[in-house]
Amino acid sequence: MTTDTPTKSQEAAAVPPPGRASEKKRIQQGHKRLLTRRDRITLAFMAGVPTILHVVLVWVTALASILLAFTSWDGIGFDSIKWVGFDNFHQLFTDNPQFWPAVQHNVIWFVVLILIPTPFGLFLAVQLDKKIRFSRVYQTAFFLPVVISLACIGFVWQLIYNPDTGLINSIIGANKPGHYIDWIGDPKLNLWAVLIAASWRHTGYMMILYLAGLKSVDPSLREASALDGANEWQTFKSVIFPTLRPTNTVVLVVTIIEALRAFDLVFVFNKGAQGTELLSILVTNNIIGESSRIGYGSAIAVVLLFISLIVIIPYLIATFRKERRA
Amino acid sequence: MRISPSGLHLPGPSRRNVLRGAGSAALLAGAGIPLLSACGSSGSSSDPKTVSLGSNSSDAVPKKAFAEIYAAFTKQSGIKVDVNTKDHNTFQEQINSYLQGTPDDVFTWFAGYRMQFFAAKNLASPIDDVWAKIGDNFPDAMKQLSKGEDGKYYFVPLYTYPWAIFYRKSVFQAKGYEVPTTWDAFVTLCKKMKSDGLVPIAFGDKDAWPAMGTFDQINFRLNGYDFHKSLMAGKEAWTDPKVKAVFDHWAEILPYHQDGFMGRTWQDAAQTLVSKKAGMYVLGSFVAQQFTNKADLDDLDFFAFPEINSAFGQDTVEAPTDGFMVSKSPKNHDGVLKLMEYLGTPEAESIYLKADSSVVAASSKADTSSYTALQKKAYTMISGAKNLTQFMDRDSRPDFTSTVMQPGLQKFLQDPKGIDNLLSSIERQKKTIFASQ
Repeated sequence: MTTDTPTKSQEAAAVPPPGRASEKKRIQQGHKRLLTRRDRITLAFMAGVPTILHVVLVWVTALASILLAFTSWDGIGFDSIKWVGFDNFHQLFTDNPQFWPAVQHNVIWFVVLILIPTPFGLFLAVQLDKKIRFSRVYQTAFFLPVVISLACIGFVWQLIYNPDTGLINSIIGANKPGHYIDWIGDPKLNLWAVLIAASWRHTGYMMILYLAGLKSVDPSLREASALDGANEWQTFKSVIFPTLRPTNTVVLVVTIIEALRAFDLVFVFNKGAQGTELLSILVTNNIIGESSRIGYGSAIAVVLLFISLIVIIPYLIATFRKERRA
Repeated sequence: MRISPSGLHLPGPSRRNVLRGAGSAALLAGAGIPLLSACGSSGSSSDPKTVSLGSNSSDAVPKKAFAEIYAAFTKQSGIKVDVNTKDHNTFQEQINSYLQGTPDDVFTWFAGYRMQFFAAKNLASPIDDVWAKIGDNFPDAMKQLSKGEDGKYYFVPLYTYPWAIFYRKSVFQAKGYEVPTTWDAFVTLCKKMKSDGLVPIAFGDKDAWPAMGTFDQINFRLNGYDFHKSLMAGKEAWTDPKVKAVFDHWAEILPYHQDGFMGRTWQDAAQTLVSKKAGMYVLGSFVAQQFTNKADLDDLDFFAFPEINSAFGQDTVEAPTDGFMVSKSPKNHDGVLKLMEYLGTPEAESIYLKADSSVVAASSKADTSSYTALQKKAYTMISGAKNLTQFMDRDSRPDFTSTVMQPGLQKFLQDPKGIDNLLSSIERQKKTIFASQ
């Protein structure tokens, strides 16, 4: 049935192209002949299934969510979807007492992650890169929090911060009436308490990323700077750190993603009560569960999408520009 | 089909076909809600000897108690009950899609607005014919709770429990405290407890719903059942001075609440009552579940929330009621009727109560002889009530209570002085939520 095709293609490959003019045509024909029916089906299957999945799971859902943001829907029956225009957004920006704090907390989340655990992770990576004794042990210890799921981390830290029986309050004696420090509930404290837990995990993540980056730094660079008489700090500042540029980009993107998708830790910690509201939690509270304010929740999701795009688009433009230049 | 040597006319999947495939997959995704929820229910057949039942009683004790009821029913009628138990919270969160998909014939649910909502959406079947037979078993207040907005019955209650102020008899005896029946006596008692080094009112609002219980108590004591009901139904303004007065009363006793409540669960707060560090606790009778020591449990007692407005006295009791509903198109209609009828009998209730002693039977005919002292008192309190409420999140729209009231009340507890702004914010949000239907 298909026996002649492979032979022909072998021929096409074996016979050298006689001239430049016919070369293009030949290749085109050969290309077509290379694909048997089975190949095409396989190819269509391999490209088609991921495409369908991608379209259905990413594009259709994203577009549906954007459309739903302009409607009011309780999730019961498709005929109850009502078009309300920009009402949801109007309510969100003017009436919702949790919305602006949530945006603010997402921003604080990012700023804190980039200012504290990221440099600290870099510091640890530099120390571990020096081949000190037991470096594997330290590496594992610092990386362990990254392996644990955020929900578990939330649970563990919640035990530490518990106002009555928690580790901290028990040690400093702040679990008596009149002396309470409410780490989980006090809106002035709880975001920072959660951020300590988030940083604890993020440090390990950053450490591994930087450690991988440092391993790929050419040792001759260090040698050269040592020969030039640079001290350790100078070497790091002027030689090593600049070569870590690709790692820094990854770190930045990872941190932004972490800040925008922050959810599980807080949800387990105190369900996003006052002081720890986050956009992702507002979306969940409005859509999932019995409340089913699907239109309104989608509007919040669209705001989150919009913020992500503001961050991601410049990054993609910069990356593509670099690729084009290369 | 033969392949031409050139391969040009291959009927393989073209780009257009792929797109078409994607399109139909998208349609599938659109229909995904019922499809997904279909996964939840067990493949119940239309076997006349089986009734399927979706249950939210995932905790070991109630699960076993329910299983005993079904076993007794099977023995009596020969109809098997195919139970599909889901985690309590998950069941509640998925209820919308569950009822729209292929739900079980019968499902466990709550009385009140939350039941009426699904009845009005045609996601439940009326069961007036069942009530024609079981009606005599229930007091009038229970009958009211089981009706939809259209006046038809949709619900068979099984058990109920009261909200009240819980205390330790031994503590009151040792310190010579008296059970307060008026607001002033209550505030005086709080002051006294504080000076005696006790936490006057145990409190934990980490889960955000316990505060709603306190609001309910003060509101129907101060403004009466009718106002409370109509406020919950979105018909009154939250900016009404009557509502403000509720928060003023609350602010008066707030200094006597346990510190650090925002980060404390109700279980931890209950432990302070167990260890006699706290004097009182406003909660449902399920607080008894935390008293694992028999001696402690026997020492536990409760009294009704004190009178604030003499026009209403203590005539209203908050008594959330759990029971059963029938889904929109049950497969085994006759079997379902028989099961619902059985669930409405005192026998079914006494089987349940044997296993769970923190609640009381909804029926007025259930056997009360095996009740503990606490159950007897709860029973008297509920059957003597002029009005029964469910709970804020059962009497009002769940979207309103979960997205507006829970954070709103937490905000009040943190900053009682900002109440005016808070109430106008609640009112604005209430208007949009209640207008959306």
